[in-house]
Amino acid sequence: MGISRRRFLKVAGLSAIMAVGGKAGFELLRPGQVEASLPLTKGKRWAMVIDMRKVTDEIIQKCKEACHKAHNVPEFGNPKVELKWIWEEEFEHAFPDQEHEYVADGIKDKGFPLLCNHCSNPPCCRVCPTGATWQREDGIVMMDWHRCIGCRFCMAGCPYGSRSFNWGDPGKAPKELNPDFPTNPDFPTRTLGVVEKCTFCNERLAKGQLPICVEEANKIEKDSFIFGDLADPDSNVRKALRKHFAIRRKPELGTSPNVYYIIG
Amino acid sequence: MYDGGKIIVGLIIGIGLLLSPFFYNAGKAVKAPEPELTPKAKEAKVCVAPTPYMRNNHMHLLDDWRQTVVRNGERYYKASTGKMYYKSLQVTCLDCHSNKSKFCDQCHNYIGMDPYCWDCHIVPKENK
Amino acid sequence: MLDRALKGSSRYWGWLIFLLVLMGIGFACYLYQFKVGLKITGMSRDVSWGLYISQLTYLVGVAASGVMVVLPYYLHDYKAFGRITILGEFMAIAAVLMCLLFVMVDLGKLPRLMNIIMYPHPKSILFWDMIVLNGYLILNILIGWNVLAAERKGVHYSTWVKVLIYISIPWAFSIHTVTAFLYAGLPGRHFWLTAIMAPRFLASAFCSGPAILLLIALVVRKFTNFDPGKEQIRTLGGIIAYAFIINIFFFLMEIFTSFYSQIPGHMHSFVYLFLGLDGYGKLAPWMWTFVFFAIVALILLIIPSTRRKEDTLAIACAAVVISTWIDKGLGLIIGGFVPNPFERVFEYWPTTPEVLITIGVWAMGFFVLTVLFKIAVSIKEEVAA
Repeated sequence: MGISRRRFLKVAGLSAIMAVGGKAGFELLRPGQVEASLPLTKGKRWAMVIDMRKVTDEIIQKCKEACHKAHNVPEFGNPKVELKWIWEEEFEHAFPDQEHEYVADGIKDKGFPLLCNHCSNPPCCRVCPTGATWQREDGIVMMDWHRCIGCRFCMAGCPYGSRSFNWGDPGKAPKELNPDFPTNPDFPTRTLGVVEKCTFCNERLAKGQLPICVEEANKIEKDSFIFGDLADPDSNVRKALRKHFAIRRKPELGTSPNVYYIIG
Repeated sequence: MYDGGKIIVGLIIGIGLLLSPFFYNAGKAVKAPEPELTPKAKEAKVCVAPTPYMRNNHMHLLDDWRQTVVRNGERYYKASTGKMYYKSLQVTCLDCHSNKSKFCDQCHNYIGMDPYCWDCHIVPKENK
Repeated sequence: MLDRALKGSSRYWGWLIFLLVLMGIGFACYLYQFKVGLKITGMSRDVSWGLYISQLTYLVGVAASGVMVVLPYYLHDYKAFGRITILGEFMAIAAVLMCLLFVMVDLGKLPRLMNIIMYPHPKSILFWDMIVLNGYLILNILIGWNVLAAERKGVHYSTWVKVLIYISIPWAFSIHTVTAFLYAGLPGRHFWLTAIMAPRFLASAFCSGPAILLLIALVVRKFTNFDPGKEQIRTLGGIIAYAFIINIFFFLMEIFTSFYSQIPGHMHSFVYLFLGLDGYGKLAPWMWTFVFFAIVALILLIIPSTRRKEDTLAIACAAVVISTWIDKGLGLIIGGFVPNPFERVFEYWPTTPEVLITIGVWAMGFFVLTVLFKIAVSIKEEVAA
């Protein structure tokens, strides 16, 4: 079966860019060594397809650890004030509208990874009075921690419980639970009084890297987390959605979430 | 003067309170700030912009950086020398100027300024 | 005219000092909250708004209720209310100040308050809430002050004041509608996602505010030489009666829609509030207290003889205030967050510092109210003399 010339050139070109980009990405953290700027995120609608047939509790745990470590999200050990960007929930709590008594055995007790859905029609952005959270052109619902006044209207507006508030100083989280805080000296922490959530690792996307949860998950099980551009009909996410039936959380609310779950 | 006694006493107390910081610091001169460069900074010779500009305007530069990075996703700065820098206080600036207490704090403490950048942006650990 | 507030009996000063002490305690607790963060309150990741925002919601209603004395007088020439419009306007000022202060103590980063003005986002209802609340404050200050000053001088107030008065009437309706929109437009909170949120808010505002005003008017009659008037009190009683009946009717409409449709998302919050859910039921005794006082208020307000007698009317008003405060100032906000988006119950209960800060803000409101009423009543006493 042959491959078309056009497709071959596309793949070759992309591989070349990744090769050069990979080296450039490595050089990035050191100032003054980059000749040309890397392309910013060029997607139009970043989305994630999570293949629940491949996801395990171990994967979700590793994703959470990697994400929280990379973004200096401390552990409080207290659900009242906890901060979480990605976490695990059972089916009945992740999809309460789909829940019933006779859910299939493999699904009922399965842990689902939940995160900000980066909705196409996000209510949180609508309600933010200062624009501290807004939707970027590439679809990412972004946070500006310099501007957030901590009114928590976005937390009330989010139907998915994706947002956490810094009820206290994150640097003052219990030392026993956060011995190495801050865990990533290349990413800032936040202060008390601002709302935070997953930002689809936009700082990594800018360097041509995948979000860290996607990278970690795929290390353990390839294609368990698929991340790509929904606006591109040939992207990996579009292919996955064409091939498998996937659901989203609370779709009837019109938020158009962009995290899809292939149930199996 | 009606109620003159109370007014004079009140004035003395009020003006005394107003001028109290001067009385408290009378006779004490504070050392002028001496920001030190790290070996890495000395080796680099130039900052992202000429030193006189940075001394006066680093706060405006940082403000512009945070606006353009966070809100526009533009993460690279082309200096007048043509060199590209990754716009980040923590990753770029503090990479060379990793001695905050001997560099940044020198001037900031002198003028009694306490920028809240450090609430979030991680300061590299220094060897005292 | 402010100098009128500086001359008073020892009881007046004692009351002001008592309020100052409460304000001081509240302020000290707020300094602690400012330093350590909002974790000292009972709010949590799941119940992210609590006592502060609920008090804001209740007080916006009280503020809007000034229109219930202003509208009959200016639009329908009900001369009797001319005596007490100033009381309604001054109560509105105190209430709006409390609202603004409650927003400020609830913010995670108060120093960044100006961001709402520097980076306006008209799509956000909070932006409009800021505009309408501050606008209403300014309107009432300008109107109240100028009308009172004109009364003191024995002249009629200028035309431009009349223009502002006419603006303030729909503006009063708007402040509470906009506050209702804070809740009614959020897709994820089924307890609040109802078209009658704004009508409910207005109905409860127009009974709770005049009820507070009536009780304060009775206090004014008792402690000063100014008598708001028997006819005025009686008419207010009638307004409170109708507004409260509509308020309870709307509440029952919500109950019907939720429970006849049997949709879990609509029922769960009511079940949590009144019966408890998953073993959590801290608010249930409070909500049944609300029902009890609502029934008391309804009986006393509907029966003409109890509504017309001032002592039973006073009891009815107290019952109205208690029941509306529990319904709006406790049940509404907490009910919106429980159960959480994952259908779990995480309970909220205010902590002591939170309650002390709340009391401090209420004390500030009563302080402003006392000072303004002292001025108004002193001038009315002088004019009458």
